Amino acid sequence: MAEKYDLQDREVWDGNFAASQALRQAQVDVVAAYPITPSTPIVENYGSYVANGYIDGEFVMVESEHAAMSGCIGASAAGGRVSTATSSQGFALMAEVLYQASGMRLPIVLNVVNRALASPLNVRGDHADMYLGRDSGWIQVGAFNAQEAYDLALCAFKIGENHDVRLPVMVHQDGFITSHTAQNVYPLTDEIAYNFIGDFKAVDDMLDFSRPVTYGAQTEEDWHFEHKAKQHKALMDSRPIIDEVFSEFEKLTGRKYNRVESYNMEDADVAIVALGTTVETARVAAEQLRKDEGIKAGVVAIRCFRPFPFDEVRNALENTKCVAVTDRSSPGGAMGAFYNEVSAALYTTANRPLVTNFIYGLGGRDFSIEEAKRIFTEQQAHADAGHITTDIQQFSGLRGPHLGFFQTKRG
Amino acid sequence: MVEIRWHSRAGQGAVSGAKGLGDVVATTGKEVQAFALYGSAKRGAALRAYNRISDEQIFNHAKFMHPDFVLVIDPALAFSDSITENEKDETKYIITTHLSKEELIAGIPELQGKEDRVFTLDCVQISLDTIGRSMPNSPMLGAFVKMSGMFELDYFLENMKRVLSKFPQKIIDANMDAITRAYNEVK
Repeated sequence: MAEKYDLQDREVWDGNFAASQALRQAQVDVVAAYPITPSTPIVENYGSYVANGYIDGEFVMVESEHAAMSGCIGASAAGGRVSTATSSQGFALMAEVLYQASGMRLPIVLNVVNRALASPLNVRGDHADMYLGRDSGWIQVGAFNAQEAYDLALCAFKIGENHDVRLPVMVHQDGFITSHTAQNVYPLTDEIAYNFIGDFKAVDDMLDFSRPVTYGAQTEEDWHFEHKAKQHKALMDSRPIIDEVFSEFEKLTGRKYNRVESYNMEDADVAIVALGTTVETARVAAEQLRKDEGIKAGVVAIRCFRPFPFDEVRNALENTKCVAVTDRSSPGGAMGAFYNEVSAALYTTANRPLVTNFIYGLGGRDFSIEEAKRIFTEQQAHADAGHITTDIQQFSGLRGPHLGFFQTKRG
Repeated sequence: MVEIRWHSRAGQGAVSGAKGLGDVVATTGKEVQAFALYGSAKRGAALRAYNRISDEQIFNHAKFMHPDFVLVIDPALAFSDSITENEKDETKYIITTHLSKEELIAGIPELQGKEDRVFTLDCVQISLDTIGRSMPNSPMLGAFVKMSGMFELDYFLENMKRVLSKFPQKIIDANMDAITRAYNEVK
């Protein structure tokens, strides 16, 4: 049996430590990992918990992230509770195997500490790796601070392992801004946390020799499409279960999560739509603008990036006048992917707010309250004019001359 | 909201200092944030660490701040780093130096006219005397406790013992001595 870990009601943890404590409390059976900055401490801590007897589990050292996810797939198919962590280049190397995990419907929990993709090499936070996973068939939930990195990791096991879901889950946190920033975290006791998740109940485990099964079979045009359709439907059908898990978590902790979070949106004219820590910084800006300048500013945050909350995005934003969608990933010759998704949802509303796109924060470039206020104020000017008065896509916080693309054809 | 910026070199313990301070402040019921800007810095490279302290949950994740306190734990960085960057009219400076306050300010034009907001002590010497090696973060915490008036020294020491509890008793005692001496010597 596992040793008792000394835990206070109030801890000061960074996002990495918080995530690793969730893995300990979930009593993860196997972590196969190839550590990479800035997610290293998550698996490093898991290893030390195993070595010191706090977890009855196994740390598998492998030769690459490709092998790490492959090891996780093997362990998960064998019938264990499995998790690992990665970032950036490691995530990219894992990409091929991510699709295998979701296709085999294995409820692995991957802690992704978001970091920029090279080149140029950069260890700091942006969302390039998270975007790389967006079509991989995983559920993706995002934390905005260390507490949420802990809470959502606990929820992730319960969501993914639900027999009506059976999908792998990524829990995202911002590299350094969350992963290396210590903040107050209020953990659950080991007993409450474990009972919330429950025992791992295997489905078609390969170590059940009385009932042999095959994982990763080949299907060509006869069945591949049906498998993929079923997988997509499973993702879509996971939405009410994610809501249920969040609701159970609220009963336990008082901390309420939603697939889309709305702040100051009841009467908002202008909104910033964001992911990760930017959400909270923008909230401070919205509060200040409401108080000091009477601008009705609000923030909409996507907690659950996949399955994409199309309906909830519409509900949250349809009555606004102008919306700025922020992408923390290099768009590579297009509008930001997140902008496109939010715009697609808003295009189907009666009101069709104006929507602009900001590319910001690449490679960890700071995003300040002042910049958030500037963006809000600019959206207010669009709303007052009745059309977008700037380039539709702009770079925020970039050094050198203004960079922007495309102008509106409305108004 | 109280905002603190540490100027340090990698290896001098500013990150641990900022986290230790956060840990102790949290026990008073406040919300804290502790982070650093170091990327893939090597030992000896200049770095900055930051604290935010508030009665309410801290939502601001920007690195940018107008610090209320600037804590400099490397003597040379007071001269070579822009320690007055983004300062306010009331920003207080606690600087480790073997110089007198007058000698120090004479060498740093940006600090001139701010004599009543600049406080000095020799964190390096204090840590050499008490801990046995140059570890200027602990003494700086003692100096901060004195100048901020945020807590009583005894309360801070009690809680710091808990933060350091994984270390041998000898090291805990040495750190307590370092904090206490710095508390008494900063001026």
